[in-house]
Amino acid sequence: MASIVFGVVFYLATLLFVVGLLYRIKTYASTPAPLKIPTTPAPITKGGVVLRMAREVLFFESLFKANLWIWSAGWLFHAGLALVTLRHLRYFTEPVWGWIAFMQPFGIYAGIAMLMGLCGLWARRLFVERIRYISTPSDHLMLVLLIGITGTGLLMQFVAHTDVIAVKGFFIGLMHLNILMLPADLLLIVHLSLVVSLLVVFPFSKLLHAPGVFFSPTRNQTDNPREKRHLSDWAAKLESEK
Amino acid sequence: MADITAPAYRIIPIVPALKPGAMEGKGPFVASDKINEAIGFPGQLVEDWHDKAIAKMGDLLSKYRSLKVYMDACVHCGACSDKCHYFIGTQDPKNMPVARQDLMRSVYRRYFTLPGKLFPKLVGARDLTREVLDEWYNYFNQCSECRRCSVFCPYGIDTAEVTMAAREILDSVGYGQKYSNEIIGKVHKIGNNLGLPGPALRDTLEGLEEDVKDATGIDVKFPMDVKGAEVLLITPSADFFAEPHIDSLIGYAKVFHATGTSWTLSSMSSEAGNFGMFIGNYDQLRTIAMRIRQAALELGVKRIVVGECGHAWRVAYSFWNTLNGVGDGADADDKFAQMLQKQLDHRYKQPMHICEFTWDAIQAGTLTFDKTKNDKHIITFHDSCNVARGSRMGDYAGGQFEIPRNIIKACANNFVEMDPRTTREQTFCCGGGGGLLTDDLLDLRVKGALPRMEVLQQVKDEQGVNFMATICAICKAQFTKVLPIYGFERKMVGGVHQLVSNAIILGEDK
Repeated sequence: MASIVFGVVFYLATLLFVVGLLYRIKTYASTPAPLKIPTTPAPITKGGVVLRMAREVLFFESLFKANLWIWSAGWLFHAGLALVTLRHLRYFTEPVWGWIAFMQPFGIYAGIAMLMGLCGLWARRLFVERIRYISTPSDHLMLVLLIGITGTGLLMQFVAHTDVIAVKGFFIGLMHLNILMLPADLLLIVHLSLVVSLLVVFPFSKLLHAPGVFFSPTRNQTDNPREKRHLSDWAAKLESEK
Repeated sequence: MADITAPAYRIIPIVPALKPGAMEGKGPFVASDKINEAIGFPGQLVEDWHDKAIAKMGDLLSKYRSLKVYMDACVHCGACSDKCHYFIGTQDPKNMPVARQDLMRSVYRRYFTLPGKLFPKLVGARDLTREVLDEWYNYFNQCSECRRCSVFCPYGIDTAEVTMAAREILDSVGYGQKYSNEIIGKVHKIGNNLGLPGPALRDTLEGLEEDVKDATGIDVKFPMDVKGAEVLLITPSADFFAEPHIDSLIGYAKVFHATGTSWTLSSMSSEAGNFGMFIGNYDQLRTIAMRIRQAALELGVKRIVVGECGHAWRVAYSFWNTLNGVGDGADADDKFAQMLQKQLDHRYKQPMHICEFTWDAIQAGTLTFDKTKNDKHIITFHDSCNVARGSRMGDYAGGQFEIPRNIIKACANNFVEMDPRTTREQTFCCGGGGGLLTDDLLDLRVKGALPRMEVLQQVKDEQGVNFMATICAICKAQFTKVLPIYGFERKMVGGVHQLVSNAIILGEDK
């Protein structure tokens, strides 16, 4: 019974996550940017913009300039998250892809890095006066949620193993619209419940920074306003009315 | 204003402790009915301001991707929290960029997001009450839209965009700021921010011709409304009479003279500044920019050159092509822009900054200098925020930093840099930009100048700097006012073309 509930909840959460995120992305993409506002010095070619965005997304370039503590904790967490997510692909692929199998041990270290990063970020939020000032309850809860997911994951790795074969069976089953049994381990149930919560909250929260950064005009615009006339539809209408 | 004193220098670069409520208050003078109505805003706060403000916010969210993304994307990481000069100078936590944005973000969450509608306390959402509106007025008039925070934000969130939107909403419900709106009224009515009518301008220019003749023996002209001139100079109106601005105007004229360029000013369009940007109103921004288009078409000029003014250069460089067609690369069927772009000479950049013009001439060898004329100065350069972070000069990213410095080095022997954490893209605002250059905000202006004053003191003490060059009319006016409060000579600030003017060799060798 619990497995059926979980199966259904996972379907719904995934649906909400995908639809919600696509809707947000569509909103960002369809909202016009009437003026050229890149933060300069900015790249003067499209290729340069791709590089700037890559540096921003992969290395958090601006954050690096801003504050090394936030950068270290933030980058550790995100890089760890990326590896851990890839590692989890083994629960969704059969047979497991070669490079996923290869990176399994790194994924474990990444989990530890992730936890360290999250604790660092939370410590700043709790102990640095100005960051405590700007924090809302949801900012703290978001970190609690992520620390919960990471912590339960690591506990299953290092302390109380769960039946990973059955877990994999459950998810492969879900992918084939077939709900199988999920091991009734407390840690696993907590881990998965928190992941479901994350999926649900994502499209409604500050986690939208992930798609948002790609649409940020100060970062994704080419610095060529003198060379090419830039005109949004609503601004163009002002001209035809004259 | 005798009670306004300079805050103590920090031991660099310590982050100041928070002083909540330090800058609470009513904000700058509110615009009168007459001022607001003259530029099409409601005279005073309308009855249904709450609904109107929320509706306006929705409208802006659908028109500006920047606002939409920036309302959602902030994660409260704190990267920006110690980057604002007003926060550093006032210690008021609401002057941290993220906290300033949150004044609006909290309202956005309440009215435009599901979690904010369901669990306002949890996500820091709040109703738009009269107290909140007053708080907006106060703190969104403590942002100079300098964009320093946007350099450091991992998502590029630009508080200037949020401040502009907030001021636009406030104006739309009749809660405008006196200083900016009064100036916008003047530029619509008379053609410049200072309200100088054509005849007064002509007198001033004739006076300048005499002054330069007396000083140099050379007939340097200051032409106005000359049809068929090659260059139309659009410069901030402060250049026509304010000190030290006027010395740079003389510098431009000497450069045009020495390069044999036929040029003109326009009495109808005698303002480079565009306060429409400061209040975030696209219509005002565009209407003001249209005067330049009109002057260019009427005078039939081939080139448009912009004088030393920070936000004006951002508007000219980044926005003019969009607003009034001054630029290049319009579509073939874009009649509005083509009409003007066909007239302009595209061998040159359109528009062009006076520093680009002068530097091109220096490189071409058409200007010669007696650098010893500037030997009494040990010079440093203050990057103006809108030039540094909102525009470019030359053909490469960062030309806006190199070209003015190159000019200084070409016409003077002693040049010194300030702390690199406070120059180029990381430059600090002078403390008076973004529509805050008004005496009712003098306390804020003095405090906001703190980070710049600290590093200026450093180069003064260590290297004997006695001249800070800058290329912004607002910076010049602001520093003239606040330098003495920090114990510096007010004449310490001046324009880059003031240095050019000192050293340029005119005529006698030819």
